[in-house]
Amino acid sequence: MPFILRAMRYLDYAATTPVLPEVTDAMVGVLRGDFGNPSSVHAYGRAAREIVEDARDRVASAIGASPAEIVFTGGGTEADNLALKGATRKLRGNGNHVITTAFEHHAVLDTVEWLGHNEFETTVLPVGPDGLVDPAAVAAAVRPSTILVSIMAVNNEIGTAQPLARIVRAVKEANPSTLVHSDAVQMLGNLAVNVHELGLDFAAFSAHKFGGPKGVGFLFARSHTPLEALLHGGGHEGGLRSGTLNVPGLAGQGVAAEIAAKEVDDKIERVGAMRTRLWQGIEDSIERVRLNGHPTERVPGTLNVSFEGADGETLLLLFDAAGIACSAGSACQSGAIDPSHVLLAIGVPREIAKGSVRFSLGRDSTDEDVDTVLEVLPGIVERARKVG
Amino acid sequence: MIKRKAVVAMSGGVDSSVAAALLVEQGYDVTGIMLKLWRGEAANVDSGCCNVGAASDARRVADTLGIPFYVLNFAERFEQTVIDNFHADYASGRTPNPCVRCNQWIKFDALLERATALGADVLATGHYARVRSDGGRYRLLRGVDHNKDQSYVLWMLDQAKLARALFPVGDMAKSETRRMAAQLGLRTANKPDSQEICFVRNGDLPAYVDEHIPASNRPGPMVSTKGEQVGEHRGIARYTIGQRKGLGISLGMPVFVRSIDAETNTIVVGRREELACGGFAACETSWVDQPLQVGREVLIQYRSHGEVYTGRVESSSPGRVGVVFDRPVEAVARGQSGAFYDVNRPEQLLGGGVISSTVAATTCV
Repeated sequence: MPFILRAMRYLDYAATTPVLPEVTDAMVGVLRGDFGNPSSVHAYGRAAREIVEDARDRVASAIGASPAEIVFTGGGTEADNLALKGATRKLRGNGNHVITTAFEHHAVLDTVEWLGHNEFETTVLPVGPDGLVDPAAVAAAVRPSTILVSIMAVNNEIGTAQPLARIVRAVKEANPSTLVHSDAVQMLGNLAVNVHELGLDFAAFSAHKFGGPKGVGFLFARSHTPLEALLHGGGHEGGLRSGTLNVPGLAGQGVAAEIAAKEVDDKIERVGAMRTRLWQGIEDSIERVRLNGHPTERVPGTLNVSFEGADGETLLLLFDAAGIACSAGSACQSGAIDPSHVLLAIGVPREIAKGSVRFSLGRDSTDEDVDTVLEVLPGIVERARKVG
Repeated sequence: MIKRKAVVAMSGGVDSSVAAALLVEQGYDVTGIMLKLWRGEAANVDSGCCNVGAASDARRVADTLGIPFYVLNFAERFEQTVIDNFHADYASGRTPNPCVRCNQWIKFDALLERATALGADVLATGHYARVRSDGGRYRLLRGVDHNKDQSYVLWMLDQAKLARALFPVGDMAKSETRRMAAQLGLRTANKPDSQEICFVRNGDLPAYVDEHIPASNRPGPMVSTKGEQVGEHRGIARYTIGQRKGLGISLGMPVFVRSIDAETNTIVVGRREELACGGFAACETSWVDQPLQVGREVLIQYRSHGEVYTGRVESSSPGRVGVVFDRPVEAVARGQSGAFYDVNRPEQLLGGGVISSTVAATTCV
């Protein structure tokens, strides 16, 4: 194992989060003890099934849903795919129009694009310069043939939180039979979640964004919503997602979800304060910077900043060399960074979008993390501006 | 002791992989960088160089060596410089050498700049060439493996750039490089060499031209040196000076492409004797040490995998040099590079330029 992680400062919680110790304990316990297949009839199966159902209860509780409305998946991307493809296939008889927005995560955007190539009509709505979706604009796009609208709860790159309740209301007023899905992957753990209060029909979640393990997630699917499976096989998860369940992973996810929901208020306050200090410090020490996205309608930890005239790749590499983990844009298949489609969607000029960095703080972030960033930032920006 | 920082341009191929390994062995603080030169995701999945598969090969090698590795997005700059020039050259009847342009505008320019910003002292590549220093002056020599020597594509490196350039595999034969790669457990040890232009899918140049340089794709007349039409060509970009195959005409004797006139969209063909070139002028010249004096004898290489021919400098002005061959040669194409080597030390590159005009043997003094 060649890599030695020196004293690194982690400011990339939006990419993934450290696994909570309680989660690890729960998972190791399952790995060591309860290896049974939850579908088996015998006692080993029962023990494993109980773990799974306990996890289902915790997860449902964390988002204000009933356990019967939870479909376990292999992550957030799969949950988005299941909702978008599974619901539209089932609803094909009612219409063929799907709406989403330009700044969604690729798990939604690419899937909607795929639907567009497969006999569905799609509308990709623009987003306001403050990174907020306008409920009226969504409603205006709804037609009699619209079967599904997908709007992300929290944007992963700029951290803005959408007025979901108002959006859902506006959509249902325009067409009561249109279903609403939300990629809520960045929501749980950062904001209070109650899917029924929001009126959502589908919502996707991913464990590794809230202190759980990678490779595990779930889809909230409101009772009686039409949904078809993507994975066929043994008929698990009510026929909606075949495949033997990842028992240790789900155990971890359950514990993580419970803790995330419980700690959210404290997080909003504590992490929010650190982020505010980070932004203040950046504004005070660097010129020609801008904060991307609405200043207050956002989750506590995410801060996306454009450094005018700086080369984004150079910024990231210099941060890495300085022991600071943050991110920018989105990595494509090769690992190169492309300017963020989110920034471009909210109207940030391409040249400025290229010089943007996303810092995202989280549960274990400290004031030292913020101090370290502020200390090295001016030098890094200066060098990156020489190249850009 | 502070380690010198090196950025290694990694392509995922065996040469740059071993170059990185050698520098790690030599105690440098190495960072591997791969350039993403293509647009989009799926583009060039089939091309020999620089694609997604190559990136994961390079990344795996970097992991094995324990060095940081990044892929930098240079697609826009590459398109605006190398690819643009490629299209413009073909459209005007020249034969471009994009690998030379990439070295000139991307690797030892944009990438060198970036490496400097990242704090690197030197930029290393997997080229087969050698840099030597003698009391503060730098020399560029051919690679030890003459079959693999790539000094020809490095003619644009001057003192300032040579001071910051390293070619770790230049002192090795290719077989040694592969052996070392295998010993190091690098998965690229047996990867075949890429001979093709990295941005031309499947190495299919005619298809590329069809798609991207339609202006050079229009059929036009093929004429003899006397001006008589002898056939039709399928678009000037499909032909290069000296080409014999694929002309689609039968005149009872071998004929070759003698010249390409983009303005009239005409190709002139001639017998072998009519191809003879007496000399050429090169522009955008760069000299390792200093511009060559008029009258100086030099060894001239005018093709990537070509021989050297003796000749001498006939004219010299800033950015330009004119040379004549001792004996006429064949198929000198505008747009290709002219590289010059020292007659007394044939390994030593003196400099070079881009061939801008040629002089037919029959009209030369």
